[in-house]
Amino acid sequence: MARIAGIDLPRNKRGEIGLTYIFGIGRSTAQDILDELGISYDKKVNEWNDAELADIREKVGQLKIEGQLRSEVQMNIKRLMDIGCYRGIRHRIGLPLRGQNTKNNARTRKGRRKTVANKKKVTK
Amino acid sequence: MSRSLKKGPYVHYKLEKRVIEAQESQKKGTIKTWSRASMITPDFVGLTIAVHNGNKFIPVYVSENMVGHKLGEFAPTRIFRGHAGSKDKGRK
Repeated sequence: MARIAGIDLPRNKRGEIGLTYIFGIGRSTAQDILDELGISYDKKVNEWNDAELADIREKVGQLKIEGQLRSEVQMNIKRLMDIGCYRGIRHRIGLPLRGQNTKNNARTRKGRRKTVANKKKVTK
Repeated sequence: MSRSLKKGPYVHYKLEKRVIEAQESQKKGTIKTWSRASMITPDFVGLTIAVHNGNKFIPVYVSENMVGHKLGEFAPTRIFRGHAGSKDKGRK
């Protein structure tokens, strides 16, 4: 039923959680919205009536969310890559940006392990 | 933690002097500096700064987008030439 900001329709979840299915809205933003409108966090998404839904839509409409927000993030990354600064270079080669160790771990940035065949052979 | 706003951005005092001079006398040559920690302020735009990377000076042409970054971010101190035995070894 509840269709806010294009394609999102959680339902059967508490309002506070349901709203976080929208990209750009987390727990605290969701709570702020519901606080301002005086709607309980515990009210399920499909229990919102039309007036409440309209209010929520309006509040959500004021935020930068979904596609717009995604493109903004991409623009920021692109800017870093274009000016050739350290963080931009790290983005380009897919390594962590903030000085983390890369000897081990860093799998989020590096992706799945790429095993390198052991080239040394014991010759006896 | 970020720097106190009260102090304003950090620019090495000698570098700042050189930059202002260069801007007034309409751009000539590059400015060598070891001060990698200096913030790029709008005064820098259009200049070429040679930033030391511990080994040599890397020329950095400052564009508008770079304002707010530090000089050291544009002069990498490490060069990764690939792992032993990998195909695309020695690429830039």
